[in-house]
Amino acid sequence: MDALWDLLRHVHDAYGVNLVHFYDGFERGRLLRGIWTTVKLAAVCIAFSILIGIVGAWLQTSRQRILKAAVKVYIQFFRNTPPLVQMYFFYFALGPQMPRVVNDFGVPQPMFGSFEWAVLSLSFFAGAFNVEIFRSGVEAVQKATVEAADSLGLSRWQIYRYVVLPLAVRICLPALNNNLVNLAKTTTQAYAIAVPETLFVASQIWSDRINVLEMMVTLLTFYLLLVGVFVWAMTRLERRLRVPGFGQ
Amino acid sequence: MTTGSVPAPRLTPRWFATAALLCCAALAAGEAGAQLQAAGSRPGVLATLWKWTPLVLFGPPREFGGFALNIAVSFLAMAIGTLAGLVLGLGLVSTLAPVRRLSWLVTQFFRNSPWLVLLFFVMLLTPFQLRIAGVAIPLPGWLKATVGLSLPIMANVAEIVRGAVNSIPTGQWESAESLAFSRLQTLWRIILPQCVKRMIPPWMNWYAILTMATPLISIVGVNDAMTLTQDALAAEQRSELLIPMYTLLLFFFFVYCYPIARWTIQLERRYAVRN
Amino acid sequence: MRSGTEGQAVSGSPTWTPDQPIVALHDIHKSFGAVEVLKGVSLDVAKGEVVCIIGPSGSGKSTLLRCVNALVPINRGSIKVEGQEVHDPALDKLALRRKVGMVFQQYNLFPHKTAIDNVMMAPLLVLKRPRAEVEAQARRLMSKVRLEGKEDAYPGELSGGQQQRVAIARSLAMNPDVMLFDEVTAALDPETVKEVLVTIRELAEEGMTCMIVTHEMGFAREIGDHIYFTDGGVIVEHGPPDAFFTQASDPRTRAFLSQIL
Repeated sequence: MDALWDLLRHVHDAYGVNLVHFYDGFERGRLLRGIWTTVKLAAVCIAFSILIGIVGAWLQTSRQRILKAAVKVYIQFFRNTPPLVQMYFFYFALGPQMPRVVNDFGVPQPMFGSFEWAVLSLSFFAGAFNVEIFRSGVEAVQKATVEAADSLGLSRWQIYRYVVLPLAVRICLPALNNNLVNLAKTTTQAYAIAVPETLFVASQIWSDRINVLEMMVTLLTFYLLLVGVFVWAMTRLERRLRVPGFGQ
Repeated sequence: MTTGSVPAPRLTPRWFATAALLCCAALAAGEAGAQLQAAGSRPGVLATLWKWTPLVLFGPPREFGGFALNIAVSFLAMAIGTLAGLVLGLGLVSTLAPVRRLSWLVTQFFRNSPWLVLLFFVMLLTPFQLRIAGVAIPLPGWLKATVGLSLPIMANVAEIVRGAVNSIPTGQWESAESLAFSRLQTLWRIILPQCVKRMIPPWMNWYAILTMATPLISIVGVNDAMTLTQDALAAEQRSELLIPMYTLLLFFFFVYCYPIARWTIQLERRYAVRN
Repeated sequence: MRSGTEGQAVSGSPTWTPDQPIVALHDIHKSFGAVEVLKGVSLDVAKGEVVCIIGPSGSGKSTLLRCVNALVPINRGSIKVEGQEVHDPALDKLALRRKVGMVFQQYNLFPHKTAIDNVMMAPLLVLKRPRAEVEAQARRLMSKVRLEGKEDAYPGELSGGQQQRVAIARSLAMNPDVMLFDEVTAALDPETVKEVLVTIRELAEEGMTCMIVTHEMGFAREIGDHIYFTDGGVIVEHGPPDAFFTQASDPRTRAFLSQIL
């Protein structure tokens, strides 16, 4: 490894290509922590948004009109307003209204930091799309299959959990895949509320070290890799879930 | 080809109910805040919102900015992105393998990069002015931001074109070929006119996504509605204004984007039945 | 074959005894919107009896079966299964469905589960019986419907007749007292119809109470203890098979039989 760092240092001295964020231990540490934050942020948001999608689609099958209407308003609101403004709304408008908690050192601090607010706002944003995606999957499940489960005595929740959801997930996996990739890309927006994710630390590094171009290329490569790995994993999942004789 | 008239978005009672509900929520939040403060000397929340509305919508006097700038940027970025996307899309269906592969690479690159990173890329790495034949043409921030936003649109429009062209049965190509049309003629005269209808709903969908991405330009220092809302809040220094002001801004976008979304769904249904 | 949980899983009304009808329909009316599909249908099924219901399409036969299983609520009348009223808002639907098994025209297997998982699902989830016991029973049922070796196949990999037999095994796994068959051979290739009918006949011979809606007249005549002919939402004529098929008196019945036979 050290040899590689030395080589990059030499490249900088000899050709002016400034890859300081790789060969310098401090900058490398900053960048890696940023990447780790992005991965964490994306993973937590994906999990929460899927949960929101499942619960929302379940509520939409409910007979309670008010519940259904509430889910509908939530979806339309989050789908038709800018995710960045949503994030500001959560962080700057709702944030100050939250109670303060006392931390381990006896100092009061806000209940949620910027990371938590980013998680909340991004999850609700992507969750609104997930509800619609799961709902269309649920609707595509054959009514007769549900009737068969009903005639066997399964309860409403059991039918949803063991019959409808597994089939719906298989039907809507491509659309879900798309939305989650989009979510992973949208985590860059957390830059705006100073969550120290990849874009944020990258901007710190390029203003400290004046290597905008090199940093940009690194940044774009990282995100393309991130999306690539995610798509690869989802394709594997799709293949694992494939049932012989079902779908195409 | 029948050119059926495009139906206008139907503003259903539900739409009005939702809009009214949001208004009420904003007002109620504002009023609650005002009551908490109970500072008689200061103007109420509603009056303050009203005072700042012109600024947020149209920008400072004698300057172009605010929500109008968001819309202008969205139009321009969509126009640039669509034109570039058409060309790139034709590259994706080219018979020349190198052209196809290069187009594929470009498309994948811009489709999978985060919008905000592309925006930084264009903002920081293009010069602030262009020199053409000794004449300096300044490149203002908003124009660079527009170009930055048009890049992902270009890639996604290209994908729409590819999908639509591929959805036309090969029989159409063969019959055109047998009539001695060239490939470009076939594409331009026969295939694309048939694609237009199925391209419109996804294209409109991307327009809505683009419009909702325009507040990103506030991050790179353009005077859009987002920036001006924050300016107004900084000038007022009143915490009870936070929720109403941000709600107002969300509301502006909702009122603009929701009808587009409904309209898109209507067109999708219409064309789905036809085809 | 019945074991373990039979005692608590199956319990009718305290006043019901096995010499009374196990299914008793009285004056059933059912409308879908403005269309009245059943216009006062009454019939009794004794324990161990095999009842076949025939009639033209749209005569309400399938709706009748669905009512017995409470898949479709009725508007008026009374349905008693083992003395328990089905047309009752306070009905424990799950208890009813443990007693009544149903097989559908389109098999309706769960496409994401293997054949044996399809059979095991309801006993595990609904009856909460131990897995080992359920699996042993499922394997017995799979061989009973002559599908040994197909346990791990997915529905999409089986022929229609095979899927239908899995569907029968799936219903039997709940140890029902009554089986409903809703045109179970209508969607099958002629070659596979027979294997399904053989399975049903074996069940009937074992003494299972069956209500069978079918278009297979030869089968109905051979297996049925009693034949009902429905048309226009009412029972036009009924009787034991030999008498029914040779001496039908109503002109509608004769027209139908002459068309089909």
